[in-house]
Amino acid sequence: MKPAAFDYIRAGDLSEALDALARHGSDARIIAGGQSLLPMLNMRLAKPAVLIDVMGIPGLDKVRREGDAIVVPAGVRQAALMRRPNLAAEQPLLAAALPWLGHYQTRARGTVCGSAAHADPSAEIPLCLVALDGEIRLRSPRKSRTVKAGDFFAGMMVTDKGDDELIEAVVFPAARPGTGYAFREVARRHGDFAIVGCAALVTADAIHLAVAGVADKPERRSFPLLDGSALSDALNAFAWDLDARDDVHATARLRRDLVRSLGRETIAEALSCRA
Amino acid sequence: MSRLSATARNRVAFTLNGRPVSLEAEPRLLATDALRHGLGATGTHVGCEHGVCGACTIQIDGAPARACLTLAVQLEGRDVRTVEGLSPAADRLSVMQAAFRRHHALQCGFCTAGILISLDAFLREQRHPTEEQLREVVGGHLCRCTGYTPIIRAALDAAAQLRDAPSLPEPAHV
Repeated sequence: MKPAAFDYIRAGDLSEALDALARHGSDARIIAGGQSLLPMLNMRLAKPAVLIDVMGIPGLDKVRREGDAIVVPAGVRQAALMRRPNLAAEQPLLAAALPWLGHYQTRARGTVCGSAAHADPSAEIPLCLVALDGEIRLRSPRKSRTVKAGDFFAGMMVTDKGDDELIEAVVFPAARPGTGYAFREVARRHGDFAIVGCAALVTADAIHLAVAGVADKPERRSFPLLDGSALSDALNAFAWDLDARDDVHATARLRRDLVRSLGRETIAEALSCRA
Repeated sequence: MSRLSATARNRVAFTLNGRPVSLEAEPRLLATDALRHGLGATGTHVGCEHGVCGACTIQIDGAPARACLTLAVQLEGRDVRTVEGLSPAADRLSVMQAAFRRHHALQCGFCTAGILISLDAFLREQRHPTEEQLREVVGGHLCRCTGYTPIIRAALDAAAQLRDAPSLPEPAHV
């Protein structure tokens, strides 16, 4: 299947990209790695009049540390973040989740911010952002603003991003001492979208579990340090609250069961690796 | 900033298997169609056209890419390699291709071009691949004939040969 026609703008710097976005508004889409956008174009689920390519903008392809935050700008490919030395110590959840993010062939092209912008409810980057309480930095010609991940993802492929805004960077909090992190996923094929993905953080006094692939966006819930049947009951309540639906990949019942079983395993792993 | 009009055909120039090439492309033209119809390089196969099957995998600046998820205009100035660029000469197979033949790692062959390209890219960064790593790389491709086991066997064999034979060219000719 082939995309409908569009104009293609290569932005040389951020202000050019923002000007083009401001001019074309909802008719324009940003293209970075294109690994989520091209399938939408090929199947004509998206028919933008203008594509604005931001991969030629200098300086957007370097991950940087800002204090306790790992800042990932719009041009950083998923494979580049995966290759970051010491990522497993810097943020173990991210290091555990990235190998599940698409395939070797798509991670080489796809960007981290692009995955956040696409906001697939099964996707790993939105899940990690919500689990870690990360942030999305948005820019428009008028202003810059930062949105908490929990507020950014609004529904199935729907975000808080305005038509004239682009994601300048996403921000992952670095690992905190005394916190355990774990990630698990069940997919039809390793690298395909998750049937259910779980990301857990366990601190000295709380369990935080975020789940992708069940509700229409990643959802996070916090519990006290429960175990045994109390934890089972809490996970069961969470599973029912997520309003799972049947689709071609899995039944709602399987999804709820995975929240209970995979969720429990993920929490146990996070508990066991608290540093 | 450059702006390419939706209806205009724009000159796109890049390197294909070591040789400079160019073609005329509308912005919406996919890299698969540019290679096959624009340049006659039909080794890159068109499968699902939404990034699932991996048959169209090429290398862009040495990194694997689904050509069906790449616009031809994104190839501008890049170094592109396709299955046509893998063998050292027209009448010779590369180490990996020969291993595929020996291990019966292909049947219909439709997916093979993409798999060879992915493995070639991976072995450039990892000369000591584990079976698990190779399974993950090949997991980005759908093969409906082989059951994958001969493919993994061929990949392990080729990786060992490339490692153990210093006289062989570096993975440039995997």
